[in-house]
Amino acid sequence: MSISDKAMHTLSIYVSNKPGALARIAQVFARRGFNIESLVVSPAVDGHFSRMTISCSGDPTGLDQIIKQLSKLIDVLHCIDHTYDSSVVKEMGLVKISVDSEGRSEALQIAEHYGCKTVDLTPDSMILQVVGNPSKIDALEEMISKFKIIELVRTGKVVMSRGQEIT
Amino acid sequence: MSNNVLEGGQALIKCLENEGVEYIFGYSGGAAIPIFDALITTETKIKFVLVRHEQGAAHMADGYARATGKPAVVLVTSGPGATNTLTGIMTAHMDSVPMIVLSGQSVSWMLGKDAFQEADIFGITMPVVKHSYLVKESNDIPRIVREAFHISTTGRPGPVLIDIPKDLSAGPCTADLHAEMDLPGYKVDLSVDNDKVLEIAEALAKSKRPLILAGHGAMISGADPSLKALAEKAQIPVTTTLLGKGVFPETHDLSLGMLGMHGTAYANKAICECDLLLNIGSRFDDRILGKPTEFCKDATIVHIDIDAAEIGKMIQPQIACIADAKTTIDELIKHVPVLDTKVWRKTLDGYKTKYPLKFKRQGGLKMQHIIDEFYKLTDGKACVATDVGQHQMWAAQFYKNDNRYNWLSSGGAGTMGVGLPYIIGAAFGRPNDINVCFVGDGGFQMTFFEMATAALHKLPIKIVVLNNHYLGMVRQWQELFYEDRKSGVDLEGNPDFVKLAESFGIKGFNLRRPGDVKRVLQNALDYNEGPCLINCEVEKTDNVFPMIPAGAAIEEMLIEPPTIKLDKPTGST
Repeated sequence: MSISDKAMHTLSIYVSNKPGALARIAQVFARRGFNIESLVVSPAVDGHFSRMTISCSGDPTGLDQIIKQLSKLIDVLHCIDHTYDSSVVKEMGLVKISVDSEGRSEALQIAEHYGCKTVDLTPDSMILQVVGNPSKIDALEEMISKFKIIELVRTGKVVMSRGQEIT
Repeated sequence: MSNNVLEGGQALIKCLENEGVEYIFGYSGGAAIPIFDALITTETKIKFVLVRHEQGAAHMADGYARATGKPAVVLVTSGPGATNTLTGIMTAHMDSVPMIVLSGQSVSWMLGKDAFQEADIFGITMPVVKHSYLVKESNDIPRIVREAFHISTTGRPGPVLIDIPKDLSAGPCTADLHAEMDLPGYKVDLSVDNDKVLEIAEALAKSKRPLILAGHGAMISGADPSLKALAEKAQIPVTTTLLGKGVFPETHDLSLGMLGMHGTAYANKAICECDLLLNIGSRFDDRILGKPTEFCKDATIVHIDIDAAEIGKMIQPQIACIADAKTTIDELIKHVPVLDTKVWRKTLDGYKTKYPLKFKRQGGLKMQHIIDEFYKLTDGKACVATDVGQHQMWAAQFYKNDNRYNWLSSGGAGTMGVGLPYIIGAAFGRPNDINVCFVGDGGFQMTFFEMATAALHKLPIKIVVLNNHYLGMVRQWQELFYEDRKSGVDLEGNPDFVKLAESFGIKGFNLRRPGDVKRVLQNALDYNEGPCLINCEVEKTDNVFPMIPAGAAIEEMLIEPPTIKLDKPTGST
């Protein structure tokens, strides 16, 4: 299942930066049979708190219950579903492909189209860095797969609400 | 430690005093020694009760809280000491009972290194606590204790665990004992949305056949007087859940008793026929729903609950009100009109006459007979604890409760073995009341050793062992749904319970014949030199009715033993 699948939900969670907070959050998903597809945690502006963006898949009727259970956790300040709003959603990917001098210019052409940076270059490989919404990374992956993809690492989505809305 | 600086353990005990703790139930061990030492060095007034197994301590604290409304504290050591409390914590969590569990832990620099008696109790208990702490600094102890009590006792209550490494309970604590709480993610909102109240009042005004379903949440919020006032003003019949027993007087004309799998036929019929169900503080447990898609499907459902996560979890209400039960009812009374429910009540009274709870006094000795007689002899005033199984359901049916805090029973978890420790905990909190536990021979043997605790403290408790030499509820299912193939239910090898009691210094009575019920129970009630046990040799294969097979619609209730072969139930257990 790809990360941009339609059954995917994107939640943002604002949480006290306390030991065990992540484990408690993960348990809410696991107990109800939800699979966490990606998870990004970073300190908030106020270092006492953390920001989490969680992409998950599972029975959509259960998601409402998950959000309520997450909100109920003592460490959680709020939990918001951004699946259907117009928030800014970004992800970064690193793709290492096998390419020698013969294919290099074509690879670079594809890379340029997707606004990639070349962050590593050897005689028989290169690493492309791509930033954008997840479907853009999916598209790059498809185009660049004419070369041998040695490794692909994605950060998972981060999300931020537009304007005055809180994330 | 130097003269004026407290050790972490001492600070802990002083903080517990500040929270008004009366009793600590527990069991000592290496990693908790500094805390046990502080019980002496602080000269605290808190009384420590040494149990015989940590599970007993947790159940006692649970029973104490259910019987008094106040939280109690459990104190155990690390590793197995802590893991032994797990069932007790889970039981309290399922039934929203406040409890503070203090566990000793290996020294902090050995955490995660498989030290002797080290267990990750913080991690192990995570799914069954309301919140938990692993203490990182001695100076955090006062804040953590305050937070723990606040979290445990407010909103929807629940157990909170505090795991304290030994070096931190022994280390210096210089923090202010009245430290500020730091809980930005935890807000308890007791206010109620007035528009919601008006919406509920309006729906009630339109209703011809309203019914109140009162649960444990109503009990916890202290809504019993308000609930009575509401029901009486608007003339609405009331049914309660197992844990709601006593929140509305069961002897009241408007009471329908308990509903659900083994509830009264008339309560279940009322559920099927009502046009408005006002649920106050029940979480629509599967024991009362039967088949969720069929439950009250033509009625307007109103759900009042303090826990937003309960709204729509099992049943989607037409009107949801996330608020405190008592506050909401008090507002609602102001707006609800007097309803004309005469016809509706007459219908229900008809069901009461047609389908009463009943049993035969002839033939073998029946559990129902004993419970019913006990109810009469105690005028319904006893604090009653049960274990789990057939006897629990019969006790719920035949021991009517008119007051809250008089019914201690494991509802959500269905934990066998709670009966005796529950009533021990209750007797510490309410030594002047009649305290009785009805236990089966199965559950009793899981925690019978706590008779030592009861005997030592000469607690005024009556232990009624309803002994059918079977795990009766499972046997009943096997008889009804599995062609009477009895598997793993025969308790062959039971001890002589009277001799067992006597070996603890507890007075024992035997009860074998229906004709002796009144006399033996009266003798037991008259005995006041500490605990006593009544071993009741009851019919081996009696079954509990009414019964709604798990997962079946309430309409499919069996009021009497079926004459046809039944399909296996589709619901859980």
